[in-house]
Parts: sequence; C-alpha cells; structure tokens
Amino acid sequence: MLVSLATATAVYAQGQAGTRGAPSAQAAAPVDLTGYWESLVTDEDWVYRMVTPRPGDYAGVPLKPNGLQVMAAWDPAKDTAAGEQCKSYGAPAIMRVPEHLHITWQDAQTLKVETDAGEQVRLFNFVPSTAAAQAPRTWQGYSVAEWEFQRQGAGRGPGKAVWGALKVTTSNLKAGYLRKNGVPYSEKTSVMEYYDPVQESNGDGLMIVSSFVTDPVYLFSPFVTTDNFVKLPSAAGWKPSACSAMW
Amino acid sequence: MASNQLRLRVRGMAARGMAFVIALIFTSLALLVEPQVVVAQEVDLSGSWTSPPTNNVLEVYEGPFTDDWTGMPLSAAGRALAQSWSAGALAEPERTCQLYGQWKYMTFPFEIKIWPSNGGPTDQIVAWNLQKAEDEGGMKIWMDGRKPPSKYLDYSRGAFTTGHWKGSTLIAETTHLKMAPARNNGGYYSDRSTLTSTFIPHGDTLIMVFDLNDPVYFTQPYVYSRVWTRATRPASTAWPPCIVNYEGVAEGVVPFYLPGKNPLLNQMMQLFHVPEYASEGGAQTMYPAFRDKLKADYLKLYPTFPKQCTQYCTNFRGQQAAGNIPQPSASPAAKSGRRKPQSKP
Repeated sequence: MLVSLATATAVYAQGQAGTRGAPSAQAAAPVDLTGYWESLVTDEDWVYRMVTPRPGDYAGVPLKPNGLQVMAAWDPAKDTAAGEQCKSYGAPAIMRVPEHLHITWQDAQTLKVETDAGEQVRLFNFVPSTAAAQAPRTWQGYSVAEWEFQRQGAGRGPGKAVWGALKVTTSNLKAGYLRKNGVPYSEKTSVMEYYDPVQESNGDGLMIVSSFVTDPVYLFSPFVTTDNFVKLPSAAGWKPSACSAMW
Repeated sequence: MASNQLRLRVRGMAARGMAFVIALIFTSLALLVEPQVVVAQEVDLSGSWTSPPTNNVLEVYEGPFTDDWTGMPLSAAGRALAQSWSAGALAEPERTCQLYGQWKYMTFPFEIKIWPSNGGPTDQIVAWNLQKAEDEGGMKIWMDGRKPPSKYLDYSRGAFTTGHWKGSTLIAETTHLKMAPARNNGGYYSDRSTLTSTFIPHGDTLIMVFDLNDPVYFTQPYVYSRVWTRATRPASTAWPPCIVNYEGVAEGVVPFYLPGKNPLLNQMMQLFHVPEYASEGGAQTMYPAFRDKLKADYLKLYPTFPKQCTQYCTNFRGQQAAGNIPQPSASPAAKSGRRKPQSKP
C-alpha cells in the first residue's frame, strides 16, 4: 500500500558531511550533476535573456521605487570603464545567462560550477566555513550546499535513496544586476536554488535550476525563476567569453 | 501399525512446523534487513498552488506577441501554421475551447488545485487530479497501473494520463491530446503529441516540468518549467466559461492569413529589437550559440545603447508588495486578441 507522507525528502546537511564515519558529499550524492550542460532557452523570458533588454524594462521583477532609480542610471559604458562589466553575471543572475556550464568536484566536499559566459566560477560548499563566508564580497558570493534525498522503500525505515536534488544558498554578494539592463540587486541579496535533474522525453538529461532571489533593499518579494539546462556528452560548444556590460 | 502411522504423522507435523518456524524467522530477518517490496514514498501534493508572477511574465500575464515564437522548436509546418493563424479563429464554435489544452498549466495565470482520488479495496490513491477552470477538463493522472486506451479512441480535452513515483517525484505521461496552442499566437501542438510532466516537491514548493513531444509541429521536445508554491487561500476554479462569443466572424468562415500577408509579424522587431529570423522560432533559437548570430545585427542597430522601453516595461503596478497575484479581467482569448486586430479573410 502506498503511504502518503508529508515529505519524503531528507537533507544531507552540511553538518553531517565530513564527520567521522559519514560519507563525503561526493560519495553521498544521490544524483550526478557533473559534466557539461547547455542552457535551453525556450520562450521563458527569452527577450530578457537572448538579447539585451530595453533600458527601463523590468517586467516581471518586483522592483521597488528605489530600484527604479538605480535602473534608470544604467550606463554600460560607465560600468565598463569602471571595470564592473560583470555586474550582470553575479550569482542571482548567472544561471539565466545563455551559456554552458562545466560542473566538477573540486574536492569531496565542494562542487565547482564554471560558466563559459563571463568565465565565472561558483563553489558550492557542503562544509561551511565561517571565515570564507566573511571574506570580501564577490559576484558569486559564498554558497552553502546540501543534498535532498528522495527515497524509495517498503515503508519500513527511511528506504533507499533513489533520487535527489541539490539545494544551494548563496550570500555575501557584491551588488549587481538581475538583468543586463541594470535592474539592480543589492549586496544584502541572498539566493536559494534547487538543482533538479530530470530526463527529457528524447532521453537527454535535463537539469532544472529554480532560483529564489531575495533582496530587502530593491525587491518587494522574491524574484522566482526557473532555468533549464540540457546535458552534453562533451565540451563541444564550450566557448569562454569575457563579461560584457552591453551584450 | 496404527501407532507407527501416528508417529509418522506426528513427525511430519513437527517437520512442517519446524519448516514454518524457520521460514518465519527468515522472513522476519529479511523484512528487517531489506524490504522486499519496493514502494515509492509518495508525497501529498493535495492543496492549492500558486505560481509567482515573476517567471515568463510576458507570456503568462500579457499574452504572447503576435510574432513571438522565439525559443519554440517549430517545424516548417508549425511555422506555416503559426504565421497564418488569426486569433479570430477562436471565435468559431469548434475552436472556442482550444486554449484549454493541457499546456495551459505552464502558461496561464492560474492558481491550481491538486487532490487525490481514492478507490480500490484498500481505498488507496488511484489518481491525482489537477484543475483550474471548471470546464477545461483538468488533468487526471491515473496511478493504478491502467493501460492507455486505443490510440484511435477520441478523448476529451483532459486527455489520458498515467503516472508513477520516482522517490518523491511524480512523473506523468499524457497521450490522446487534442490539438491546442502551446503559445496563444498560433504556436500549436498537434493531436499526435505526447506530454511528459514531472512534479518535483520541495516542501511547500512544487516545480513542474512539461516536456512536449510533437512529431508534426516541433523538431525537438519543447521543455518548460514553472515554480508553484502552496497558496495561503484556496484556489478558485471560477473562470470565464468556454462559450462561443460573436466577434464579427460570419458562420462558416475560417479567419487566417495567406503566406506573406500577415501584417502582424513585426512586433518583436519594433518592441524588442528581435529580427524576424529569430522571432519565427525554430530549435536553433533555444541555444546560446544563437546569440552569436544576433549579436552583430543588434550592435549594428544599437552600438552604444539600446532603444528605451516604452511598452510592456513594468511589473504589476506594485501588487507584489501586497503579495497578490493579479488575475486577468478578461478571458485568455479576449486577452490574446487584444493585440491581434480582427483578421480579414
């Protein structure tokens, strides 16, 4: 008999990782996210992602009036001159940039995500470090990761983990743009993301990244989006490009 | 003789008893060590769900522009249909309810209800139901292992769906779809399509992934995802009914545009600087490499600064501050038609 449960997920919290006897995050991974991935930009916000959005266009972003003022001052030439052309490649926006990802294990407790667009590197730490979390702010900030397990069993005990997802929480960010056209987020922003692998009907691997961007300074409510990635068999298509403030 | 038979019978009973006890011990040990029957840990999806008005806002709330097929893997047939389509066709009795296909869960500004149907001798869950509008058919996901009906069987707009659990993820397969818009501007999927839906729960968040496979109008699967969160108030199923409205189209007339005669194929260029070779869609427009093609044209037009936004630029007039989800004041057909002047057949 199928038993309904309030939740069937269990969290491989960072506190468990690395403790004596507990498997590393890499060993405990319920799903394999490593490899090359490519953005699949179906029509979800295509006009804000594939071309530079129009100045003043913040449709869909719950932007406060003070955010409108910041957006109105957007000047890509000025950002470039100031060496801040990566403002639209920070963690709250980077997964929406059409791009390729290369995901690898930097070590047994740290998952590394590299992007070809903007050549950014995100580190997902399964064992948090207070010192690292208090380091100077960066575009990619500091990310803490944990696995969510989905189990299957006979209703006796927790069952066997058959599937899962990655949950990542990021803070300590440098202020930047949610969109290329200067829609701002502040340094008080935090990002919560789920990385869910699924299988496409044609057999290809898919990864759905759901992002919840919370900014008490410029946003009324969380900016919630999903981004789809398709798994690639190789590095073909990987094309590193520097950050651009205009395109 | 009789005592020998009795001894043999007793011995036989003892042996059978011993065998039973041993079997019982092994069965108990097996249950303790490893479950023998693998059963998914089903999650309770029932309740009302709402989708934040932040993802794909132009599509969900404003409705698509008349020539926006960007990111759709349209085949040549799908493109020809889209470019000849007129919103006036939805005023015809046989097409009035076409908007209410299964894809609406991805692109309509709905709240939805999900609830289980119980049955069988143990009153187990035999199906999960999704519903928004009262007369749009909903989606019933059969969980009792039943087989799909004959492919020749005509089905309602609700189509036929079966599901199974993978961990706490619900995966559903839909067949017997009716032809319906994947985008309310003529971007259709055919009745030969199949739909794979994945429902991924994360506490009070539900991520829905739709994967539409159409051998007629698409060249690749069309994949779409959407975030839902548990609603603080029950979802209403009240919605403008699916009835025929007179929109000036005479009976028996099918509004459409001849090839090359559709005057509404320049909105994407005018508003978003998106050239026609991009707005007409196709699988290539879904991938990052397509940006390289767009870049030169775009920077030629706007080498230093893009054109200012003048239309469809804002969010929902601050309604997010109150946490309200804006509901459209008119039916999706009427909304879609707002930017689509009545065609002249």
